[in-house]
Amino acid sequence: MRRVVVTGIGIHSCIGNSVDEVRNSLYKGTSGIVFDKERKDLGFRSGLTGKVDMPNLKGKLSRRERVGMADEGYYAYVATEQAFGQAKIDDAFLEKNEIGILYGNDSSAKAVIESAEIMKEKKDTMLLGSGAIFQAMNSTVTMNLATIFKLKGINFTVSGACASGSHAIGIGYFMIRSGLQDVVLCGGAQEVNYHSMASFDGLSAFSTRENEPEKACRPFDIDRDGLVPSGGAASLILESYESAVKRGTPILAEIIGYGFSSNGSHISVPNVEGPLRSLKMSLHQSGVDIKDIDYVNAHATATPVGDMNEAKAIDIAFGDHKPFVSSTKSMTGHECWMAGASEAVYSIIMINNDFVAPNINLTEPGDEAKPLKFAYEAVETKVDTVLSNSFGFGGTNSTLIIRKFKK
Amino acid sequence: MKREEIVSKIVGFLSEEFEVEPEEIEPDKNLMETLELDSLDLVDLVVIIEKNFGFKVEAKDFVDIKTFEDFYNYVCDKLEPREKDQE
Repeated sequence: MRRVVVTGIGIHSCIGNSVDEVRNSLYKGTSGIVFDKERKDLGFRSGLTGKVDMPNLKGKLSRRERVGMADEGYYAYVATEQAFGQAKIDDAFLEKNEIGILYGNDSSAKAVIESAEIMKEKKDTMLLGSGAIFQAMNSTVTMNLATIFKLKGINFTVSGACASGSHAIGIGYFMIRSGLQDVVLCGGAQEVNYHSMASFDGLSAFSTRENEPEKACRPFDIDRDGLVPSGGAASLILESYESAVKRGTPILAEIIGYGFSSNGSHISVPNVEGPLRSLKMSLHQSGVDIKDIDYVNAHATATPVGDMNEAKAIDIAFGDHKPFVSSTKSMTGHECWMAGASEAVYSIIMINNDFVAPNINLTEPGDEAKPLKFAYEAVETKVDTVLSNSFGFGGTNSTLIIRKFKK
Repeated sequence: MKREEIVSKIVGFLSEEFEVEPEEIEPDKNLMETLELDSLDLVDLVVIIEKNFGFKVEAKDFVDIKTFEDFYNYVCDKLEPREKDQE
């Protein structure tokens, strides 16, 4: 089996539009959450959301390249441009080699809803325009990026709810590990608009601490009252160790484990057993001693039951060993389909900058979380090995283990 | 609407939508080649004509439209009866 390394990362999120900006936000504990009045006017229970800038790609991409891209495609393009740049992969390399793409995405609601509105008004499908179909499909990100970057390897979208981005990295890891691909662009994207979050808001799962947006997302805290929706995109260049060495490009980290499981129970209420199996599988597969895990990047979204059950699973899995734990969602909100990929990027940033990002807004953990060792503020410490959890609707679970690269 | 107003409006939205300089749009030039349109772009051309003039171009109508002049004539012919009706 081959070693799988990361040679490039890119990020477009509510806490920064570059790795440098995001590193500073993670270290300072900066929140990217705002109050959006438009959502309240539309009948949302919560007007809270991550605020993500829309990239201007006019002049950078042709009209034909842009017309089929939905919001999340714009985010994914700029994140990918950063990642390829850092990995020193240029157009000539993309042209000559079979580079794959596996990206997590699980909706393109705005494009679908806007088309439906035009259809009702015009009663003529041609008036939806030529880009509507390419924007509306779940695979909108992979179909657009594969075309723009002229990718010739594996090409599909991974839809695994809020674990989509993590599973995409896991599948990419398996593809390279087994020798089927040398380089795969992995990542996750999440549209940030009211269209995509209205039905989720209807489940009363979102925080309503609207008078304090930056304090609203409180994973593991006794006063948590729900998640805050957010989004953007994160890209990672996964590559075989041999390919990275041959190209002479710096290695940022190594992926050493991917665990997965399905709860086999409720569609929205998580349990302890499913995530625990995913954690154990990733640890077993990586071959690392449990004591070598320095930090757990928790899935914790700040919902009452989800955080409680994850805390139990982490406590059972690690026993007497107490790695630092934090949920970066306390700053970013829940980046949903993107989250597994962005949290892998956040973890790699911590690995390369020797700190653990804080779980902001955590003043008193709930009882079930009390045994865990939280990073209440940024902790300056060597971070060699990280375990990153991602869970989603339908009981899908994914766990990645990422390690500082050592020859 | 006078012909020169229609032409000016068409040049404006074509240059904006298909990202070419207005000076590149000349009456005797080939529309498809100048705007670098493919079959997908024709769908968007139908959309912007409907948005700007309120009628829908049928796909078969494009067969006889080669130059921008052809296109101006086509739009003017489509609009003229409507304006007469309004009078």
